[in-house]
Amino acid sequence: MTRISLHVNGTAVERDVEPRTSLADFLRESCALTATHLGCEHGACGACTVLVDGMIARSCLKFAVMCEGREVVTLEGLADDALSDTIKQAFHESHALQCGFCTPGMLMAARDLLSRNPIPSEDQVRAALAGHICRCTGYSGIVHAIILASRRLIPVE
Amino acid sequence: MKPSPFDYARPASLDLALATMAEHADSASLIAGGQSLVPLLNLRMAPSELIVDISRLLELREIRDLGDRVFLGAGLTHAMFEDGVAPDPGNGLMRKTAENIAYRAIRCHGTIGGSVAMADPAADWPAVLLALGAVAILRSEGAERRVTMNDLLVGTYETSLHQGEIIVGFEIAKLPPTARTSYIKFNKKVGAFATSLAVAVHGETTRVVIAGAGSRARILRKTSEALATGADAIACIGGDLDEIMSEPDAYLRQLHVTTITRAIGEVLGA
Ligand SMILES: Cc1cc2nc3c(=O)[nH]c(=O)nc-3n(C[C@H](O)[C@H](O)[C@H](O)COP(=O)(O)OP(=O)(O)OC[C@H]3O[C@@H](n4cnc5c(N)ncnc54)[C@H](O)[C@@H]3O)c2cc1C
Ligand code: FES
Ligand code: FES
Repeated sequence: MTRISLHVNGTAVERDVEPRTSLADFLRESCALTATHLGCEHGACGACTVLVDGMIARSCLKFAVMCEGREVVTLEGLADDALSDTIKQAFHESHALQCGFCTPGMLMAARDLLSRNPIPSEDQVRAALAGHICRCTGYSGIVHAIILASRRLIPVE
Repeated sequence: MKPSPFDYARPASLDLALATMAEHADSASLIAGGQSLVPLLNLRMAPSELIVDISRLLELREIRDLGDRVFLGAGLTHAMFEDGVAPDPGNGLMRKTAENIAYRAIRCHGTIGGSVAMADPAADWPAVLLALGAVAILRSEGAERRVTMNDLLVGTYETSLHQGEIIVGFEIAKLPPTARTSYIKFNKKVGAFATSLAVAVHGETTRVVIAGAGSRARILRKTSEALATGADAIACIGGDLDEIMSEPDAYLRQLHVTTITRAIGEVLGA
């Protein structure tokens, strides 16, 4: 076991972990933060996407020990985030989820895209979602939701 | 999909990392971004007793202007090239490459050095660095050597890195502003590895490179020579591919001919 200390959703956390524990398993099992989902565990599905020091990351492709001293933010940590609120509302209205398994990762990717590129084209939205697999919706609702959120975020003149 | 147990070390400097690797030569693996290594560990395809974390070493993030060349640290991430944080001696070629690797969440962590050390036959950086004539700077305990990309790449997931050796970075000549480059990646979906990747650099030196066609990225010799001298480069593609592809599959071969032809067209275009 290795003792690590880091910040998770703004709270200092200190835990003993096995070096082989992924950040995803650490968040779900040691921190009881279950918005982070695990689909493939090899970087392909995007369900486990979180922020590490503000950078979007696959939590299945990092070991928790590698995150010593880092600032990790999961979807739970974005509960009071205005940008995430706008995106969530748009997901709700556009029927952008069914079972919800992919949704935390989709919301993370959408937020990352809109914070770097506030007015993306449909092609750019689709490209940004290429690393996120949804088995339910057929993606149209998700693409629509992100474009809707983008429109709402543009300040009205 | 969980790795077998291992010990973890995060040496505070490059020298300490080299000493750790020297001491545990046959049982240790380096981890940089982890974007290729972690899946392999999860699948238990690359078991390791000790994981040595080099992801925080500032020595591997160095950027140095050497006049006509640039030194780019092996620890620079794909996203740093995509965002223009790292310079682009390829006049936009490296940025375009970075944008087309995997997904943003992977680009924010995966490194150029990790990609080269991994030596996936279809990976983007090995092909582009080969086309740019990059030289890799390798360190082991008490020694440093310089190896061309052509000598570093050996085969599928195979390089000429010695046990315990670390890629510190790459030296790349700055392309003159008049040089033209092209990067044509054909993949089955955005973010996937290339089925065929053709890269062309046409300036004072001319190199046309193909990845996905054999066990490693290769320079198309006759095609490059023809392009450099103004001869019919397209006519040389078939002969070059026959030397590279061991069991030519008609579809794949045609795909490579197409990406290479497009890349040549781009560097010759107005
Ligand atoms: C879903 C997915 C899609 C991808 N798509 C693409 C793609 O389209 N194109 C592409 O090119 N790549 C792709 N990749 C791979 C990605 O680019 C990786 O980031 C890269 O191959 C490895 O870099 P890393 O820093 O994460 O290395 P790690 O995973 O940390 O290490 C990889 C290997 O390199 C060794 N190593 C790392 N750094 C050094 C060093 N400095 N010196 C010596 N050895 C070192 C490690 O020991 C290990 O063996 C994809 C990955 C995933 C998960
Ligand atoms: S679980 Fe991490 S990308 Fe699928
Ligand atoms: S809503 Fe079910 S996987 Fe996307």
